[in-house]
Amino acid sequence: MKLESLYQELILDHYRNPRGKGLRGNFTGESHQVNPTCGDEITLRAQLSAANGVIADISYESTGCSISQASASVLFEQVKGVDLARFELIFDEFYNMMQSQGRYEPNEDLIGDGIAFIGVAQYPARVKCALLAWMAAKDAIGKVA
Amino acid sequence: MTLKLRNVTLDVQNIRRDFPILARSVRGGKPLIYLDSAATSQKPEVVLAAELNFYREVNSGVHRGAHYLSELATEQYENSRQKIAKFVNAKAAELVITKNATESLNLLAYAFSNQNSPLLLTAKDEILVTEMEHHANLVPWQQVAEKTGATLRWIPIAEDGQLDLSNIDSLINNKTKVVSFTHMSNVLGTITEVDLITKKAKAVGAKVFLDACQSVPHLPVDFAALGVDAMVFSAHKMLGPLGIGMLVAKEELLEQMPVFITGGSMIETVSMERSTFASAPKKFEAGTPNAAGIVATASAVDYLENIGMQAVSEHEQELTSYLLAGLASVKGVNVFGANLPNRGSAVSFEVVGVHPHDVGQVLDDDGIAIRVGHHCAWPLMKKLKVNATSRVSTYLYNDKTEIDSFLLSLERVRSFFGVAQ
Repeated sequence: MKLESLYQELILDHYRNPRGKGLRGNFTGESHQVNPTCGDEITLRAQLSAANGVIADISYESTGCSISQASASVLFEQVKGVDLARFELIFDEFYNMMQSQGRYEPNEDLIGDGIAFIGVAQYPARVKCALLAWMAAKDAIGKVA
Repeated sequence: MTLKLRNVTLDVQNIRRDFPILARSVRGGKPLIYLDSAATSQKPEVVLAAELNFYREVNSGVHRGAHYLSELATEQYENSRQKIAKFVNAKAAELVITKNATESLNLLAYAFSNQNSPLLLTAKDEILVTEMEHHANLVPWQQVAEKTGATLRWIPIAEDGQLDLSNIDSLINNKTKVVSFTHMSNVLGTITEVDLITKKAKAVGAKVFLDACQSVPHLPVDFAALGVDAMVFSAHKMLGPLGIGMLVAKEELLEQMPVFITGGSMIETVSMERSTFASAPKKFEAGTPNAAGIVATASAVDYLENIGMQAVSEHEQELTSYLLAGLASVKGVNVFGANLPNRGSAVSFEVVGVHPHDVGQVLDDDGIAIRVGHHCAWPLMKKLKVNATSRVSTYLYNDKTEIDSFLLSLERVRSFFGVAQ
């Protein structure tokens, strides 16, 4: 197991240049999640359009390790602009990959740069880092009733 | 920085051979460098053998029946209690054996919130802790405050990582009934001013409790000389097995404390309506004890006494000085509490620009085990204005070549994440 397979270039790039970072004023649901083992935190907002059920924006503010930061950035990229049905597909694909201990053929059409996290799935202690933003998104989107 | 030469009687290479786990490799063949002993220590072969031998040779119920094995098991169990108590200069009657130090602290705290306890606090009373407590010595006192209406106060920590004692005379006052604090911080390594705090607390009639989880494994600790009312520590941090905690308390305090976990082994008589209880420490040891673990703990005490706690302490002081000098020479690394005048071997640091989880991951890839996270001291993290730190902690089996490897790996952390100049 090489360190480079955990920290793939895609992950380090998202970490250094996070997409969509920062909290924005327009939102329909908000979630605050904490990783109790390390104290890392994220506040994430989702803006759901009532007219067509499309996630118009995901905005977030977070502190944490490279894995958790990069994962929030990938989430933003994949989820902004999709409808709820597609969000479920994307979420499930990323979630199932992270629970697979690395034995998974991720669908790039769904999770995009998220496929780089396949290496993280082999480190049980880091799976929670990768899922922090995704759990916040599910929660924030679910709050939009 | 030059290192003072000491008359070190401790032979690290010999000691290392006693610890089977230190010979294993990790992450694809890298030799294990274990720098996480403040979380849990490794165990020498003799301790493992003592636990196994209990099951192989004498396994049976202690304090039960009249058969031969039970006699042997009971004798080993009680001898072990004597030995563990003596290790910290306490009497066997002062030692309550629990499942872990957290349970020991909960047992103490319960005495101050139980309605039938002579020690029950009221809304007029105050409990004093410090800002650098492990959650185990904070959350139980929060619970006591919540149940009784007592006020929880704390001694703040100063920038340098020591307790800020400037307001100690108002923090310890006539309302103070309990002062419970750490002997050595599990995060910063700070050794606290036990004598001064104890003296002031005694002057107002408060009970004084010490979280000695980080001190007993690393320093000579003398319960009688410290003069505190109780202290707690755990076997697994001092070469012993998991699942054994200690509460050492003055007999008059134990007598006043109400029963906590109840059932078998802790009673005197039982009828359908009510029961009377054994005297301390038995009244706090309900249920079948982990006799094998207690026997193994006594074996760990033997091991440490054979080397000598003074030698253990001096070895760690030398390693810690070497470590701190090394960390000071790595660019972009800050030590929390770098200039503590009186410290143990736990050292927390940050690599600027790299999250502790990522620091720990790169070190792990080089076979080096450290702890990253909040170390169950969330309020201290807030004070340090971080979410987490990286922590190195050494013990009697670590040597300078391991520190060198660690420092080299820290340079790799910096280059891997692109923060090296």
